[in-house]
Amino acid sequence: METAATLPAWRANLATIGALMARAKNELLRVPGAAIPGVLAPTIFFLGLNGVFGALTQLNGFTTGSYESFIVPVSMLQGAGFTGAAAGVNLARDMEQGWVDRLLVSPAPRWVLLAGNVLAASARALIPATFVLAIAFVLGAHWPGIDGLLVTYLMVAAMAAVAACWGSALALRFKSQSAAPLMQSGMMALVLMTTAYAPLALLQPWMKSVAEVNPVTNVIDAARQGFVGSVTWAETWPGLLALIGLLVVLGAWALREMRRTAI
Amino acid sequence: MSGFAANARVVRALGMRSIRQTFRRPQLMAPILIFPTLLLAIQTGGAGGAVNLPGFPPVQSFLQFMLAGAMMQSLMLAGNSGGIALAVDIEMGFTDRLFSAPIPRYTIVLGRLAGTAALGLFASLWFLAIGLIFGAEIHSGVAGALIAIVLVTATAMAVGGIGAAIALRTGSASVVQGLFPLVLVVLFLSSAFFPNELMIQPAKAIAEYNPLSFVVEGIRGPIIGGVDAAELGEAVLAIVGIVALGLLLSARALRHRLRTG
Repeated sequence: METAATLPAWRANLATIGALMARAKNELLRVPGAAIPGVLAPTIFFLGLNGVFGALTQLNGFTTGSYESFIVPVSMLQGAGFTGAAAGVNLARDMEQGWVDRLLVSPAPRWVLLAGNVLAASARALIPATFVLAIAFVLGAHWPGIDGLLVTYLMVAAMAAVAACWGSALALRFKSQSAAPLMQSGMMALVLMTTAYAPLALLQPWMKSVAEVNPVTNVIDAARQGFVGSVTWAETWPGLLALIGLLVVLGAWALREMRRTAI
Repeated sequence: MSGFAANARVVRALGMRSIRQTFRRPQLMAPILIFPTLLLAIQTGGAGGAVNLPGFPPVQSFLQFMLAGAMMQSLMLAGNSGGIALAVDIEMGFTDRLFSAPIPRYTIVLGRLAGTAALGLFASLWFLAIGLIFGAEIHSGVAGALIAIVLVTATAMAVGGIGAAIALRTGSASVVQGLFPLVLVVLFLSSAFFPNELMIQPAKAIAEYNPLSFVVEGIRGPIIGGVDAAELGEAVLAIVGIVALGLLLSARALRHRLRTG
């Protein structure tokens, strides 16, 4: 039997990432209630926004008559943001309870410890996304096609990774669950200060300026395209590029904080 | 010192403690100010074009319309945060120490509610200031602003009573914290964020009978137009109803806690 010491480094790293993801999965299976807020919040926002702002589709310039189709990718991405931020809160809790100290004295590289947390958040984000999507279909949201669905889920998983990097960096910087509001509100602002509520042309001038420079606008447009029209490469690649950029920047920051964390 | 003065001192001391607790812990402060402010900015910027919809009430701007909704959200979350803090006190044994002190039991709940009311007052001033800074007019002037402040403060105390009752009954901070999404549901199912006439069914039908809709219209009225006595009366009645419900539930929960320990 191979022991950890005899495994090649890359296999040992993969095994560690797998173990950290399994730990996150166990947390979910053993305390199913812990997943409820992450699922409930985007669902409530979806139902609430649809019921409250649904009449906005009557405005000239709206690209669809179905507000549920327009808003569902936003709620899925919002769920990814909440889930990713929750990964940061859990990391802060693990630091407060001394679990991270034990990980830090292990021979696993720092990036592996971070990757385990981030990839677990990516996988976990698919739960609220699927729940919100199912409700949206019941309410009459358009079928985005297989390609549209795949693009949306890819955006959701990657957005959760971005949020987990953000949450982890803050958790490692503040070492306290008190930073939770910053993790959550940061993601909320990033996802909603975009074309989340209405097309760019209908936003207020200041919001339009923010949305134009906010990279997540491209992510939302890419995730939304199948629901309000057809999927094209021209609408997809800016979203992918934005996510790669965010992952590089926030991932590097989280890794830097992880490397600076002393036992 | 008379009994009343002594009790008032207890309520004041516990109220001040409750305020300090909230300001010291970002987890309690964020839902009261940061999230509603952020959502106000997002909804104003994102859905501001709604004022051009046929049937939208005449307003100076969407920000002016949304101020009442932001205050409602803030005060509802202040009530929830007050409940969480009381539940934490129960979990940590602080409330047991108060129960054994020579003070009337109602002052313990009233102290917490005084703190929640003060946070409601702070929230109303905060959002009025934000509105004025970003160009929203208070149509009824100082009198209108005062009416809004009084209604928000009273509603915060009323909603805090329900939060306190749940905290006393369950003694669990996580249960009270779990009500956070419910607060959002109740808000979305009211006219806090959009005119009732333009909402979509079934939200529209529910909002029509939601007591919070009456309160929010009472707060919004003086901000976007004149003071309407009927609207104000409905808001006061709704607040009295919530206060009565909170008092009834709190008294029963307090009796239950004292009986079962």
